[in-house]
Amino acid sequence: MQSTIIRAERVEKYYAQPSENRIQVISPTDLSISEGEIVALLGPSGSGKSTLLRMLTGLSTPSAGEVYWHEKPIAIADVNVSIVFQSFALFPWLTVFENVEAPLKALGMDPSERRKRALKILDTVGLDGFQTAYPKELSGGMRQRVGFARALVVEPEVLFMDEPFSALDVLTAENLRSELLELWQKKTIPTKAIFIVTHNIEEAVLLADRIVVLGRNPGHVRTDFRVALPHPRDRKGAAFTQLVDYIYKVLTQPDSQPPALPLTPAGKPVRDQRQMHYQMLPHARPGGIAGLLELLLDHNGKDDIYRLADDLAFEIDDLLPIVDAAQLLGFLKVTEGDAAITPTGAEYANSEILRQKELFRTAAVENVLLLRQIVRAIEAKSDRSVPEEFFHDMLDEQFSEDETQRQMETAINWGRYAELFDFDASRRRFIQPEKLHHETDAGVAPGVKA
Amino acid sequence: MNFPESFSNIPGRETLARSQVLKRSWPVVLDLCVAGIGLACFYAVVRIANYWFGHPVPEIVISLSPRALPLYAFYSVVRIGLAYLLSLLFAVGYGYVAAYSKRVEALMIAGLDILQSIPVLSFLPGVMLAMVALFPTRQIGVEMGAIVLIFTGQVWNMAFSFYSSIKGIPRELSEAAGIYKFSRWQRLVQLELPYSAIGLVWNSMVSVAGGWFFLMACEMFVLGDRDFRLPGLGSYLQTAAGTGNLKAIMWGLLTMIAIIVATDQLIWRPIIAWSDKFKFEQVESTARVRSPLLHLLQHSRALLTIERSTIRPLNEGIYRRLAEARRRRAAKTTAEDSTTDAVRGGTATWLRGVVLLAIVTAVLYAAFHALGLLRQVRAAQYVEILKGALATFLRVNVSLLLASAWTIPAGVAIGFHPRLARIAQPIAQIAASVPATALFPVLLLALVKMGGGLGIGSIALMMLGTQWYILFNVIAGAMAIPSDLKEVATLFHFTTAQRWRTVILPGIFPFLITGLVTASGGAWNASIIAEYFHLKNQTLQTVGLGAQISAATDSGQFQILLLATIVMALMVVTINRLVWRPLYRLAETRYKLGG
Repeated sequence: MQSTIIRAERVEKYYAQPSENRIQVISPTDLSISEGEIVALLGPSGSGKSTLLRMLTGLSTPSAGEVYWHEKPIAIADVNVSIVFQSFALFPWLTVFENVEAPLKALGMDPSERRKRALKILDTVGLDGFQTAYPKELSGGMRQRVGFARALVVEPEVLFMDEPFSALDVLTAENLRSELLELWQKKTIPTKAIFIVTHNIEEAVLLADRIVVLGRNPGHVRTDFRVALPHPRDRKGAAFTQLVDYIYKVLTQPDSQPPALPLTPAGKPVRDQRQMHYQMLPHARPGGIAGLLELLLDHNGKDDIYRLADDLAFEIDDLLPIVDAAQLLGFLKVTEGDAAITPTGAEYANSEILRQKELFRTAAVENVLLLRQIVRAIEAKSDRSVPEEFFHDMLDEQFSEDETQRQMETAINWGRYAELFDFDASRRRFIQPEKLHHETDAGVAPGVKA
Repeated sequence: MNFPESFSNIPGRETLARSQVLKRSWPVVLDLCVAGIGLACFYAVVRIANYWFGHPVPEIVISLSPRALPLYAFYSVVRIGLAYLLSLLFAVGYGYVAAYSKRVEALMIAGLDILQSIPVLSFLPGVMLAMVALFPTRQIGVEMGAIVLIFTGQVWNMAFSFYSSIKGIPRELSEAAGIYKFSRWQRLVQLELPYSAIGLVWNSMVSVAGGWFFLMACEMFVLGDRDFRLPGLGSYLQTAAGTGNLKAIMWGLLTMIAIIVATDQLIWRPIIAWSDKFKFEQVESTARVRSPLLHLLQHSRALLTIERSTIRPLNEGIYRRLAEARRRRAAKTTAEDSTTDAVRGGTATWLRGVVLLAIVTAVLYAAFHALGLLRQVRAAQYVEILKGALATFLRVNVSLLLASAWTIPAGVAIGFHPRLARIAQPIAQIAASVPATALFPVLLLALVKMGGGLGIGSIALMMLGTQWYILFNVIAGAMAIPSDLKEVATLFHFTTAQRWRTVILPGIFPFLITGLVTASGGAWNASIIAEYFHLKNQTLQTVGLGAQISAATDSGQFQILLLATIVMALMVVTINRLVWRPLYRLAETRYKLGG
């Protein structure tokens, strides 16, 4: 067994709310990073990947639990880690050289030693000759090289990466990935472990010795397993694709293996989002749902989600909310990573716009509690208008401030589309929609669809 | 005689040699320039020190001869410069503390909001008396008074800008500073100051322009039976106006415009050109401000050598020491047990409590005495002040309306037509940079000649000072309207009214509100000068809150001064809260283009 560098012990993150409840972002989690491994952290958006990364680096303090750096609490240890950021996080007013030099300056190193080290690492990452350039003069790939150089120049024990390749185009990302792997395997860099957060399954399987998959609401570890494939890994190989498929299934079936309910320090069970009053509305647009269903219909009503994402050139993170939404509305059923269209879904996809709205309306009122409540509340009021505030307060009990806002936006979006209600943005009130067109103007051009 | 021949054998040698000469001698010229500037600064410091630490000149007579102007202008520039430096330091300190200490943040920002609304000129007597009492035998007392006053007119928007910049630093950038263990110092130098530089530069320009406005008022004024006078451009212009000397006024104005143009070329342009690298952008922009002076400074070898032998080692020393301190701290926290920590925490809390208590006591004491002062105010005076407040309120709004009436169409026209903008913008910029207080005497003389009084004059002065804020914002707003929106209007043959209602007015709305808020604040402040003026050996005045403040200053009636100031501050804050803030919110939500 290799020695452990960072160990998280029952760390959790929650935000206290004014009311009794609190918003649990990450439920108590154990995780460790050992010498000699590349760990990939996968998970849908909202599963707290980045939050977990920041707790492991000591940037953010866990609400409960403790992170240890070589068995010392991380808050008082002299931690030696780096982060490569998704947005690069370079200082635009410093040259490439000054950017790389800055962390060494913070360490109080001599100017001559600083210069030597910075130039050496710039050479290693292939930035020779770019010392005096400013980041804005470089391409995205070159900028991230500076990001890597800055991270590696302090010779970190653990190199953290927060979706380092997702802001780059496919080819550049591939290139940088393989160069990083080479540096790691040839031990050109003294780094002892790498921890990468990603939403790209293939990337994880390509790089990692160990993959951790997070689930959401609240964030928790679904599975944590070792990847035994030898390097270089072949994307087309059977073992590779099987592994990708397996992770896929884990990601698309959030409820297959319900984890035990976590306990608060007081011994009271934390509220699980799935037992909550309101479902979490996936942030998808009605147009997107219709598009997905139509595509699925073209594929004989059933297809692998992974292949669908590929066909659409979508990141899985962007596709999942749409799938979730279609499933919530009863237009779709997901089993074993395959999405199959339901009879209502098929009818929806085949109808023209007004009929689509009608189907959506029925499905929404039937399946979405929040929309049902808004409609009922409007009907119950004599002036046929209800302030947004009213629902805001109820959602607040379950969701964070930001999430409440997004839930509200999605609900408004869906409700407007389905003509369940209208929303007066200046007064922030839900109102009954004006009945402009009735059954008679079904003659709207079919081209309006989607 | 062989030389020319032998030289001519080598083609291009001559031109090469010449370019060599140029290359070699150019830095020497640059160095000479820099040395000259350095010597000039030295002399200036000596001169100022001599004057400040000399005994107060009992009765300064302001000479109206044009020959006195260079020295007066110099004194005024030093005053504004020092006040500005003070503002910069204070703004950075205030913004920093407000952004990083959660406990006092809300209080400090509310304080900023109120301080921004308080009419600066009301502080004139208090500040002056305090400063003179501090340095009773030195000229520096009165000087400090003027500087502090200009400072209070400049500092708030800068502090606000720095605070909101710090708050707006992208999360990943500050996390990068965290993970690489930047010390507070390094964070400030490499992250916070650069990130806020652009905002600070633009606000500095606005502040310095505002400084000129107040300079006119605070270089010469009467408080009760005491006559405070400082030699300077402001007092020169005031004296000239007081005696109706038109020629002297013109000389004064010319000097001022020259200074303003020079400041723009010699200070602001280099700074803007330099601050270009602090733009937080991913792509390099094409249009850039260029400055020969900046080039000169950046390529001077003498400056480079000085920097290498002074600032750089100093900097290295700071970084080394900070890193050592951090390591020591880290070692200590691991070695120490938690009990000493708790003890130290206890002492800190205790100390903080004492300081807080002292501050609260002082504030309560001062507030109590101030309120005691208010008891001397008679009921009739209350009525007077309320009447004045109403008059000034009307005047401010009329001036805003009049200013909007011409600036909105003009601004939209300039914003829509790039060719017009190229001609109009520099003219407007120069016109805007001449402080209204300097133009006022000329305007007023003309008005009096035509039979008009201060009633119209004060509105004109308010407009003079504030219309530019509206104009520049409207231009920016009109430029920001996307051309496809304009094309839609043309495509569907919108009538002129329809075009204004559906495209132009909503498009410029957020900008217009920003301009109006600034203009409204400025107009209130201007009323103190505008409604009460010494001209040609007589005092012109009209009914208004500003006139009451000025008159109270003149006659040393502190209770009226205090009451009128409170009323004015209350009105400004109330209008901000009730009118501008909701409009601002509307602009942010409904009328925001894009995003």
